Amino acid sequence: MTETLANPGATSDVVDTEEQARLRARKIGAIGRWVLPIVVLILAVGAWHVVVVVNEIPHYILPGPGRVVEALVENWGSLIESWLVTMAITGMALLLAVTVGVGLAVLFNLSKWVEMSFFPYAVVLQVTPIIAVAPLIFIYVDSKIAGLLICAWIVAFFPILSNTILGLNSADHNLRDLFQVYGATRWQLLRYLQAPSALPFFLGGLRIAGGLSLIGAVVAEFVAGSGGIGSGLAFRILEASYRLQIPKMFAALLLIILTGIAIYLVTNFISHMSLRKWHESAIKRES
Amino acid sequence: MEDQADAAPDPPGAVNINSRSPILSLANVDKIFGRDVTALKGMNLEVREGDFVSLLGPSGCGKSTALRLIADLIHPTSGAIRWHVDKAPGALSVVFQEPSLMPWATVEDNVWLPLRLQGRSKSVVGRDIDEAIELVGLNNFRDAYPRELSGGMKMRVSIARALVTHPKLILMDEPFAALDEITRFKLNNDLLMLKEKTGSTVVFVTHSVFESVFLSDRIVIMAARPGRVIRELQVDEPYPRNDTFRTSVEYAGHCRAASDSLKIAMEAA
Repeated sequence: MTETLANPGATSDVVDTEEQARLRARKIGAIGRWVLPIVVLILAVGAWHVVVVVNEIPHYILPGPGRVVEALVENWGSLIESWLVTMAITGMALLLAVTVGVGLAVLFNLSKWVEMSFFPYAVVLQVTPIIAVAPLIFIYVDSKIAGLLICAWIVAFFPILSNTILGLNSADHNLRDLFQVYGATRWQLLRYLQAPSALPFFLGGLRIAGGLSLIGAVVAEFVAGSGGIGSGLAFRILEASYRLQIPKMFAALLLIILTGIAIYLVTNFISHMSLRKWHESAIKRES
Repeated sequence: MEDQADAAPDPPGAVNINSRSPILSLANVDKIFGRDVTALKGMNLEVREGDFVSLLGPSGCGKSTALRLIADLIHPTSGAIRWHVDKAPGALSVVFQEPSLMPWATVEDNVWLPLRLQGRSKSVVGRDIDEAIELVGLNNFRDAYPRELSGGMKMRVSIARALVTHPKLILMDEPFAALDEITRFKLNNDLLMLKEKTGSTVVFVTHSVFESVFLSDRIVIMAARPGRVIRELQVDEPYPRNDTFRTSVEYAGHCRAASDSLKIAMEAA
């Protein structure tokens, strides 16, 4: 079988053409998954370049891709400094979202009364547009860093909370019975049954929260606005727009997008590594 | 098969099952769900050491309710469930219809669970785990995860997990109902072999006449609406039983008697 697969033209008497076609299609599909998005990217960047050059669009309206890369290199020092600030806010917000989200989920799971009392307010926090609340937060919170953190955290923590609650409740009911039969304590039930059951759900929440904490951080920076040392990428975009440095705006945007992709890949990797041994999704989601 | 009342004098060497020491008894147990759903009415049952008792009946006859009552997962509305032996954690094991394994744990760790819940580390109880896994014939799969196993093998792990505490009583709730017939026959044979080796006492819920006759020395026939015991049959055939017993005249006779009783139970509903 592998022989014929590796050598489709081989003159074997028993070649199932349908099976051959199916295997070939799968192989092409596996390559296409990587190649096609790259081809689309190259075409889009090429088209962008052509449109700018052919129409002679001035760079302060729409810079070509080459100009954006130039701006990235020219402003590397200030951009990377801002990038570090945004990354720090994003990372801390995500950490806070995980801690508070998981902590609250466990608390809610231990006490139905606490859940009934407070869960609706977690929803309120989630549905309130952060852009509308952020100005208020910056009035009442003196520290800019703390304000940014609070904003990013509000955006990021809900998926972790709701997914972990769902996960803790999703433990197999027969196993729950079994734990009861064997006289397990509440802590043992949480530690040995509910926590592992919740892990895939939590990781799903983490993947959403990773992207959201970056969005939250950037939105909060826009609202906070003020410049000086310790300003994030969003401030660089604002600053560049005031000065009509459009290529620099694109360069900062490019950095934000790359960061978002990196966060997605990292959380995806964490999820895959934690689940690959036992959870079906680790295989299905990856392929 | 005879009704329990007219037990013939025992042949020499046979163990009179009525002389075994009692483990558990249910006295006039009722269970009402919600406001007025009588799941079980006036159930009496005595389980003695070494018994293999089957609860046989149509769905809704309260056989699973009886099992959950014995497992202390729910409590009787009235009546009493008495244990005549020390009911320490691990004295009772349950096997469900689904294998109900922890998918994130290996076979070994799944079997370890009941002992782990007693705070016993794997190094201390390693021998018990080995023994239980060996009993169900899964030595080569101890590091496998449940998703790598077939349905029959998963059920074996579930049985090993039940055996690992050396329980006084094992409750089984239609454990083989979801398996194909070939696997089911094999597991029936193996279960009897295990019972012989370990001397376990089993209460087994099933809706299969053939399975109950093959496995049990007593069959409790139950009827639905309300769930209740209709009669109790004895299968006075010696263990070990094997595939020869499955094709014997005696087996067919017991099956016919059980079927007739089941028919009465269905009509009584």
